[in-house]
Amino acid sequence: MTHNLRADTITILGHGGDEIEAYLAIPTDAQAVGSMVVIHHMPGYDEGTKEIARKFAANGYAALVPNLYYREAPGASPDDAAATVRNAGGVPDERLVGDVEGAMNHLKALDFTNGQVGVIGYCSGGRQSFLSGCRLPLNAVIDCYGAFVAVGRDEPPMIVKPVIDEAGNLSAPLLGLFGADDTFPSPEQNEALAEALKAAGKDFTFRTFDGAGHAFFASDRPSYRPEAAVEGWEDIFTFLARTIA
Amino acid sequence: MCTYQTERLDVRASAKTSEGWASMTNAIVYFDHPVHFAAGHALMIDLLNPTAGPSARAAIEMDPESARALANAILQSLDTIPDGLLGELAS
Repeated sequence: MTHNLRADTITILGHGGDEIEAYLAIPTDAQAVGSMVVIHHMPGYDEGTKEIARKFAANGYAALVPNLYYREAPGASPDDAAATVRNAGGVPDERLVGDVEGAMNHLKALDFTNGQVGVIGYCSGGRQSFLSGCRLPLNAVIDCYGAFVAVGRDEPPMIVKPVIDEAGNLSAPLLGLFGADDTFPSPEQNEALAEALKAAGKDFTFRTFDGAGHAFFASDRPSYRPEAAVEGWEDIFTFLARTIA
Repeated sequence: MCTYQTERLDVRASAKTSEGWASMTNAIVYFDHPVHFAAGHALMIDLLNPTAGPSARAAIEMDPESARALANAILQSLDTIPDGLLGELAS
């Protein structure tokens, strides 16, 4: 593997057939590759999320990041877009799922992909990744410290419904990567999710890293924990080799 | 965690944005992941004018102690407005 890749901003069809912006990173040294939909975190469709897409491409997977804030803020900087959407009450779950479905369909239609699609998200995107896996026919689901999966919050304007009750509909193997020092999701909340998945007979693997809290993958934040991040990426690529490669 | 916590209010204000001065109509206050401030979470204030577009925004990210001190300074300043000026401000 040469790690050669190409990355472009493109337009895809999202929820309701809406045209939305997306960032596509593809390996240029491989054929019949698996694909990943990368869900950006609440701070937006930012440089860090695009870097994650490029890491997947460098390791032999096509990766597509839909801009979940494009409708409210086309062409805006990621932080301005995030503030605009927050002021408007956030992204509805149905629209999120529709945008992930659009990204999934776009990846499947590319002539160099193998039709196997996974989804990954971090933080708010971890919850959205799990939700997408429960509502869409995916082949792999990765939840990186997604909060508000097992519990919700009902204070407007940002109301978040718990999605643990949808565990029985999970369509694909799930990899969950968490920090032992995190409080949202807490180890207890992750255990509750594990129990729900066990009860539903689902294929899942959870790993909780000691010495790490929330956002340990984020290399541009003080929460970054290199050991957990390096091992977490190894877990991700091992999981994808089993599920979508 | 992404807290989703958001206090939203209407305001009558002006703020200097990346494109210059603009009228602001909304504010959101929240404790969540900052974009630039070097902390896992920060107290964030956004002044916005949604009708003028996403770039009509002035933003602050600060540590909780600084935010509380700022809030107290604002209240102190408002509590000591010289007689007669409050009516002028409200007009």
